[in-house]
Amino acid sequence: MAEELTIAGFGGQGVMVIGQLLSYAGMHEGKNVSWIPAYGPEMRGGTANCSVVISAEPIGSPIVTEPTTAIVMNRPSMDRFEPMLRPGGLLIYNSSLIDRKPERSDIRVIAVPAVDIARELGSDRVANMCVLGAYLAATHVVASESVAECLKEVLPARRHNLIPLNIEAINRGAQLVEA
Amino acid sequence: MAERKLFKGNEAVAEAAVRAGCRFFFGYPITPQNEIPEYMSRRLPEVGGVFLQAESEVAAINMVYGAAGAGVRVMTSSSSPGISLKQEGISYIAGAELPCLIVNMVRGGPGLGGIQPAQSDYFQAVKGGGHGDYHCIVFAPASVQEMVDLTMHAFDVAEKYRMPVMMLGDGVLGQMMEPVVFPDPAPRDLPTPDWATNGARDGRATRLINSIYIKPDDLLRHNHKLQAKFKQAQVDEVRCETVNTEDADIVLVAYGTSARVCRSAMDRARSEGLRVGLVRPITVSPFPYQVIADVARTARAFLAVEMSMGQMVEDVKLGALGAAPVHFYGTPGGIVPTAAAIVEEARKIAKAEVGK
Repeated sequence: MAEELTIAGFGGQGVMVIGQLLSYAGMHEGKNVSWIPAYGPEMRGGTANCSVVISAEPIGSPIVTEPTTAIVMNRPSMDRFEPMLRPGGLLIYNSSLIDRKPERSDIRVIAVPAVDIARELGSDRVANMCVLGAYLAATHVVASESVAECLKEVLPARRHNLIPLNIEAINRGAQLVEA
Repeated sequence: MAERKLFKGNEAVAEAAVRAGCRFFFGYPITPQNEIPEYMSRRLPEVGGVFLQAESEVAAINMVYGAAGAGVRVMTSSSSPGISLKQEGISYIAGAELPCLIVNMVRGGPGLGGIQPAQSDYFQAVKGGGHGDYHCIVFAPASVQEMVDLTMHAFDVAEKYRMPVMMLGDGVLGQMMEPVVFPDPAPRDLPTPDWATNGARDGRATRLINSIYIKPDDLLRHNHKLQAKFKQAQVDEVRCETVNTEDADIVLVAYGTSARVCRSAMDRARSEGLRVGLVRPITVSPFPYQVIADVARTARAFLAVEMSMGQMVEDVKLGALGAAPVHFYGTPGGIVPTAAAIVEEARKIAKAEVGK
């Protein structure tokens, strides 16, 4: 069964990085993966988003239209992608910023106060790693160790000093689900 | 086995070209293929090559003409409006019998259109594009790995036939990342061809590369020669993938990105009990007419799926020659079809043609 994700938020919230980390980790685990960003007019002003597919089988369409998981970092993304989720799908949302609760009752929901946790850790910018950690703990689609190893490939060299902070944020997100 | 790397389609094409011995790139920027020139601008100087951003697409394709005439591996890339500007030069290159690679990461048209993925340049790519009787060999990859493999193959084919070869992609294929393995072919010499106009320094006879044949008899013979080469390519170069066609009632026909969506649609339709198959042309010129003809003997109907108002569907009809009805589903304007919509079309056709 293919895992088909939509990851969305404002530009700058690191949603593309979440998608790239999952793609690298999936590839290193020997799975088939695809990653594609939304490009063009829909990026401007509103939401940035990417589609990621991770599967043991060859991947058909790389464009996700009925996600099995939606990770949303802001309200416009929640409004847009909650209705598209497959029944029984997983919605992970950044409850620090999104001021409403999901409406659907046929999906699994995980609220992650990602910005609050990230601030506790000392940097707003790892909020994306908190939701990623929650996602990994909830699904085990790829191992969090694989993701941690991929940080080196995805983050530019000048940010490698932040890898421990990113890993801590992943762990904090995971604890939320495991607790 | 070589290492799997995650690569964006555009960058994979560029890296594959460099590994295939391409050392010259001339282009002009346009979305959604800018990662190709960007990558080449960094990579080609590392291997002693030349990257040049021309003042226009017209200039770029004529630089390609010049470099190809000198017998080196050369390419350009653009997207739809830019490829239109290059058509005059492509016709000259075809007329002068020179090898080169032209990449078109297609976006919605006509005119300036949009920047989202489309397949509306099919006619232009496979039916000529520029003036005069000529064909390009046109590859239609459907994955980042296939873009790598076909790019490396394309230079060999271009030289074998002395014809311009085109890679027909789209915005999805250019922008998406997938794991790829770059085959490491044994290093080989790429000897300068014996027709190259590379300077008669050693006192050899002068050579001429031209596309002008002012005497009608000469031009007639030249046209017959060009046609004969393409006929040979129709015999030797056709590539096509078929999936589940043996027992299929409805056979989807699609290339590139829409073929990826069709593959998902086929799996979904099969899980719902609809016998659906897929024919995926990998060369769209020469087109796999014979595959369509063979499948038409057993299929109840074809459904051509394109990100256009219907272009390849005409070649599917030419292949089927009335042996099976050919339906069409298209999404123009930069819209990628959904698997759900394709399954719905297949279900409607099954009801009408198969009666279930």
